[in-house]
Amino acid sequence: MYEEMVTARHYEERLQEEYLEGKQPAFDISAGPIPGELHLAAGHEASGAGVCAHLRDDDTVTAPHRPHHVAISKGVDLKRMTAEIFGRQTGLSKGKGGHMHLYDPDVNFACSGIIAQGCPPAVGAAMAAKKRNTDAVAVAFLGEGAVSQGAFLESLNLAAVQNLPVVFVIEDNDWAISMPKERVTDVEDASQRADGFEVHGERVDVDDAVAVYEAAGEAIGRARDGNGPTVLEVQLHRRMGHFMGDPEAYRPDEDVEAAHERDSIERMERHLEDHGLGDEDLEEIRERAHERVEEAIEWAKDQPQPDPEEAYEDVFTDELEGWPERPDKELAAADGGEE
Amino acid sequence: MAQADVPDPETIDRELTMSRGMVEAIAHELRESEDVFVMGEDVADYGGIFDSTQGLLEDFGHDRIMDVPISETGFIGAGVGAAMQGMRPIVELMFADFFGVAMDQIYNNMAKNAYMSGGSVSVPMVFMTAVGGTYNDAAQHSQTLYGTFAHLPGMKVVVPSTAYDAKGLMHAAIRDDDPVVYMFHKRLMGLAWMPAPDGPKTGVPEEDYEIEFGEADVKREGDDVTIVTLGLHVHRALEAAADLAEDGIDAEVIDLRTLVPLDTETVLESVRKTGKLVVVDEDYHSYGVSGELVARATEGALDELEAVRRVTMPDVPIPYARPLENEVLPDAGDVEAAVRSIHE
Repeated sequence: MYEEMVTARHYEERLQEEYLEGKQPAFDISAGPIPGELHLAAGHEASGAGVCAHLRDDDTVTAPHRPHHVAISKGVDLKRMTAEIFGRQTGLSKGKGGHMHLYDPDVNFACSGIIAQGCPPAVGAAMAAKKRNTDAVAVAFLGEGAVSQGAFLESLNLAAVQNLPVVFVIEDNDWAISMPKERVTDVEDASQRADGFEVHGERVDVDDAVAVYEAAGEAIGRARDGNGPTVLEVQLHRRMGHFMGDPEAYRPDEDVEAAHERDSIERMERHLEDHGLGDEDLEEIRERAHERVEEAIEWAKDQPQPDPEEAYEDVFTDELEGWPERPDKELAAADGGEE
Repeated sequence: MAQADVPDPETIDRELTMSRGMVEAIAHELRESEDVFVMGEDVADYGGIFDSTQGLLEDFGHDRIMDVPISETGFIGAGVGAAMQGMRPIVELMFADFFGVAMDQIYNNMAKNAYMSGGSVSVPMVFMTAVGGTYNDAAQHSQTLYGTFAHLPGMKVVVPSTAYDAKGLMHAAIRDDDPVVYMFHKRLMGLAWMPAPDGPKTGVPEEDYEIEFGEADVKREGDDVTIVTLGLHVHRALEAAADLAEDGIDAEVIDLRTLVPLDTETVLESVRKTGKLVVVDEDYHSYGVSGELVARATEGALDELEAVRRVTMPDVPIPYARPLENEVLPDAGDVEAAVRSIHE
C-alpha cells in the first residue's frame, strides 16, 4: 500500500511538472506536452490504496475525473495510462480519451469525466457478477460533491433493492471545485445517507490508509459474501487546485495549509516505522516507486502521436455502411471523385 | 430598444471581452429587477469557470448570485419553477456536454411548459452554457451541441460571436418571456488561460441595448460565395474570407447569431446573389444545423442554388490527442478549401 501511495504522489508531482511545461509564464491551457484539463489527486492516496488492496482484476472499479491514484492502486498499466495522458497512439485509449477517460479492461477499470456518472455502471458490473454467479464486486469512487447527484442516489437505491455487491467510496476532500462542503450539504457525514436506503454506511474521518484498508476490507467482504452494498466515506485532502491552473482564490490559506499538514503518506510512514520498518526500507520503496514513474513518463513521451486518420476509427465496433464519419469522403463520392 | 438606436461597435472606443459584455448585461438586469438572479455551479465565489459571472458576487451577494450543489436536475428544474412564478433566473450549466444529467428538466419542463399549459404559464429563464473544443478536453467537455437544443421546440437558442452581440443578446435573453438557451464558446470569452482569436473583443456601449433575436449579421459582404456560420467559426470564416479575397474570391460571411428563431431571409437573399452556399458549424455533421441551413436554402432558393458545401465536426466523439482533435475540428483552412471546391 505504501508503495502505491508514493507511486501515486510522485506520479501526480511529475504530471504537474510536465503539464506546466510550455504553459508558463502565461498559462495557456492549449499549450504544452499534456493536452486538456488535468485534475490531480495528490492527497487522495489513502483511499485508492486502502480500497484497491482488497480487489482482484475481475473486480470492477469506476473512477471520477480525478482517477490516477485509484488507477495505480487497481493495477492499471502505468505506461499505457501515461501515454494516454500525453495523448499518444499507444495510450490506453489510443489518445482518444485523455486523463478523465482511462479504460483498462484487463483490470476492469473505467472512468467518467461527469460527476457521479461512474455509479450506475458500477451497479451494472455488480449486476453482471450476480447474474453470472461469480463473487466479483464493483467499487464506484466519487467525490463528496457528487453525493447531491441523482445518479449516486439512484444507484444506491438500485444496489440496495437488488442486494448487489457494490461499494460506493466517497472521497471527501471538503471541496466541490470552489464550493466548501458545508455549503453543498447539511449532512456532515455523507455515509449517513446509507441509512435512508437501509444499507451499511461508514466513515473514516482521518486520512489514514490503514483505517481505510480495514473499513474497506469489511465493506468488500460484505459485498463478496452476498450481503449487499456499502457506502464508505473517507476523509481526504486536496493538496492542489480543482484542476491545474485553478488559482483557488476562493480557498482560505489555512485550508491549503491544513491539507498539507494532514498528509496520509507521512502518517503511513509513521505507522510503518512503528511496525519496524527503517528509513532505509522506506527509502528503497520510494526509489522503486520513483523509478517506475520516471520509466512510465519517459516511455510515454517516446510514443508516437496518433495518425489524424485514426480520429474516424472506433466510433462503432464495425464499419457502418451509410454512416459518413468523414463528410468529405461522402462528398467526393457524390461528385464522382472529382474533388 | 432597437439595434439601430445604438452606435456601431466599430465607433466605440471602449472594448470589452465577450465575457465582460455578458456580465455587464447581467449586472444591469440584476440592478433593474429583483426578479433576476443567477444560479449555477461555481458562479459566485469562483465567478464562473469561464468568467461568465465574474465579479457579480461582489456587487450582488450570495442571495442573488447563488452557488449550488452539483445537482443539475435539481437546480435547473428549480430555475424552471422560479421562472413559472414570474422570476427571471439565469441558470448556468457549466458545460453543454453535461446536459444529459438534467435533460428532462430542460426539454420536458423548461421548453414545453408554456405549450402544454396552453400558454397559461411561461418560463422566462436564461439557460446559459459553455460550448466548444479547441483545447483538447476530449469527448465529454468539448461539444458544440447547437443542433440538439435548436431541434427541440420551445427554447430560443442564441450564440454570440462578439462582445457587442454578447451584451445585446444577453439583455434580450433576460427580458424575453420564453426560455432562452444562451450558448457561449469558451475560446471567445477572453479568458487569461485560453487565448481568443482576433475578433470577439469589440467596442461595447455603456448603456443597455437589445439585439433582436432572428436577425443575422452580415459580417462581410461578397458576391461569389455565401458562408453561413456562428460562434467561434464566424472568426474562422472571416479569416478564410480574407485569404480568399487575395485570390479574387469574394465571400459573404453571415453570422446567424440566433438559431431559434433563424433568419432564413438573410441567408436566402445572400444565396440568391451568390448562388453558392457553404455552411460552417462546429456541431456534428449529421441531423444538425448545417443540414437545416442547406434544407432552407434548397426550399427557398433552389433555382438560384448552384453548389452547396458543409464544413462541420464529423460524426465522431471529439478525440483528446491534438493531432486527432485538429483533424476533426473545422479550421479556416477547411472553410477556404470548401469555398474553393465550389468556386470556378
